[in-house]
Amino acid sequence: MLLLASPALLVVLALVVVPVGWFLGLSVYDGGFTIEHYRRIFVEDVYWRSFALTFRIALVVTAGTLLLGYPVAYAAARLARPWDVLILLCVVLPFWTSVLVRTYAWLVLLQRTGLVNQLLTGLDLVGEPLALVHNEFGTVVAMVHILLPFMVLPLYAAMKKIPDELILAGASLGGGPMHVFRRVFLPLSLPGVVAGLTLVFVLCLGFYITPELLGGGRTIMVSMVVSRNVELYNQWGAASAVAGVLLLAVLAVFFVVGRFLPLDRLLGQK
Amino acid sequence: MAEAVGERVEISEASKAYGPVVALDRVSLDVAPGEFVSLLGPSGSGKTTLLGILGGFVQPSGGSIRFGGRDVTWTPPHKRDVGIVFQNYALFPHMSVGENVAFPLRARRQPRSSWGERVRRTLAMVDLTGYEDRGIHQLSGGQRQRVALARAMVFEPRLILMDEPLSALDKQLREAMQIELRQLHRRLGATIIYVTHDQREALTMSDRVAILRNGRLVQIDRPDRLHDHPADSFVAGFIGEATLLPVARIDDRTVSLAGTALVTARPVPAGADLVLAVQTEKLLLEEGPADGRNRLSGTVVDTVYQGESLRVFLRLADGTGLSLRQPSHFEAVRRIPGVGQPIALSLHPEDTIVVPRTEG
Ligand SMILES: Nc1ncnc2c1ncn2[C@@H]1O[C@H](COP(=O)(O)OP(=O)(O)O)[C@@H](O)[C@H]1O
Ligand SMILES: [Mg+2]
Repeated sequence: MLLLASPALLVVLALVVVPVGWFLGLSVYDGGFTIEHYRRIFVEDVYWRSFALTFRIALVVTAGTLLLGYPVAYAAARLARPWDVLILLCVVLPFWTSVLVRTYAWLVLLQRTGLVNQLLTGLDLVGEPLALVHNEFGTVVAMVHILLPFMVLPLYAAMKKIPDELILAGASLGGGPMHVFRRVFLPLSLPGVVAGLTLVFVLCLGFYITPELLGGGRTIMVSMVVSRNVELYNQWGAASAVAGVLLLAVLAVFFVVGRFLPLDRLLGQK
Repeated sequence: MAEAVGERVEISEASKAYGPVVALDRVSLDVAPGEFVSLLGPSGSGKTTLLGILGGFVQPSGGSIRFGGRDVTWTPPHKRDVGIVFQNYALFPHMSVGENVAFPLRARRQPRSSWGERVRRTLAMVDLTGYEDRGIHQLSGGQRQRVALARAMVFEPRLILMDEPLSALDKQLREAMQIELRQLHRRLGATIIYVTHDQREALTMSDRVAILRNGRLVQIDRPDRLHDHPADSFVAGFIGEATLLPVARIDDRTVSLAGTALVTARPVPAGADLVLAVQTEKLLLEEGPADGRNRLSGTVVDTVYQGESLRVFLRLADGTGLSLRQPSHFEAVRRIPGVGQPIALSLHPEDTIVVPRTEG
């Protein structure tokens, strides 16, 4: 067993343990052992606000992808041949363009003279163009779009695993479409929901390009704090400490999720 | 529960085409209230399609369905009040046994206070008293089967449909469940339409058996009639252990099997392409005078011991293969000649079954 697992262990060691150990080392060693970098994170306001903002954006974006992604995955899982492929293709297609391109596309759409504002003012729905970008709102919209596939795909996989017979059985036993959805389909799709939520949430916490370009300099997420520490101030120690705290926060999230959701009941259904 | 009366089911000219594939071809069939009817046929003969049309999952391409005189052809499944037991049971894996069985009550908005008692009573009927809180994964195949049955019965439907409900069980359990289902059917009084590809199962359980082939209804009859009066060579070959041999018509009561004239008690059907269906149990070892019985003689090729009976394979003079069964008690076994020895046989005219060959 150990022998069989050893290549995998080596990969984990090289790609995870060594780099993480390296930056954790940097965060406490700056010409000598120090906890100064961590102390600063806990006393200075900027850091706190950045962490709070990052978690808030992550929550909103995750909820947004679930709200939009669930119906899309449902349609892809339940529709017949040409339609399911078409929907999945539309979901996966953006993967082939870079995040940078997609972010700029949102900039073009949402800016003061962009398509959305032209439409809104043209229809006299608003007098003045709205500030849709260079703020948290624009960041969230673009992040929801970019992260949507990471929600749809696990949802789709879980929904595809629900046997059609269970839905038919629900109907034959007297359950109307809504009843069968609530009592049978929804609970059985929960493993996909948990997987999608976790994936998108964690991706959000480390998101960089989109908030940097669409946040207007006021939406400072943790990743940007790290980047600034390195690029502007050449403070590897401070950057590493922030990354360390973020990592800890992610682990805490997993721990809490694992504690309070009956994960093994949701995921372990043979 | 026993006072529930079965539903009358009238299927008229039901058809279903999947693109170019005709899954069901103008099948008409009336089922009396409280009757147990099996749909029997090889895989792909349209059994599940017909059951799907009755359950409302499959939209027929033509024809109509009536339950108790009401046209339900376009009624959605959840408004049909039909209990269905699916082939793989289709139990809800995220619910306990009790929750599964209570599902139809909840879906029908029955008062919550009545669930417990009805679930308990129904589980008792299938011998699962006290299993309410078990998870589905903790059950054996036979127990899951019973839960599926309880779930389909708990709302006292007047019609229950079952799609090969026993096919996943091993032989012993299957045979025990066949008898249990029969007894349950008597107690419930509901009409049951039962799909199977196992002819013994169909004969064991049913009041009548409908034989399907390539989407068509070939014959519907009582089990004994089906066995002794098959409509054609397909039915004769599908039921029992028949050997089918081509014969030529001599006159209304006589056919010729490779030169040997055989008399039959039933009129020989019209048409040139005729087949003699010899069931293994109807072929007897010759004893005493002929008494008007048909005589055949051949050579023993092999004798296979199968527990309660032996199957003897033999060859007629022209090389035609045949087989017969003998009970495995001393007197009968003693009379079977050894391999390579000549064997004399007789076939009673009442058991001489001549049918037209099935076209196609
Ligand atoms: N959803 C479907 N799409 C296309 N063909 C189907 C479908 N369901 C059944 N068929 C075809 O219809 C025929 C009858 O199938 P079925 O009713 O399942 O037979 P059985 O239950 O007797 O094995 C088969 O040829 C099968 O391939
Ligand atoms: Mg079938």
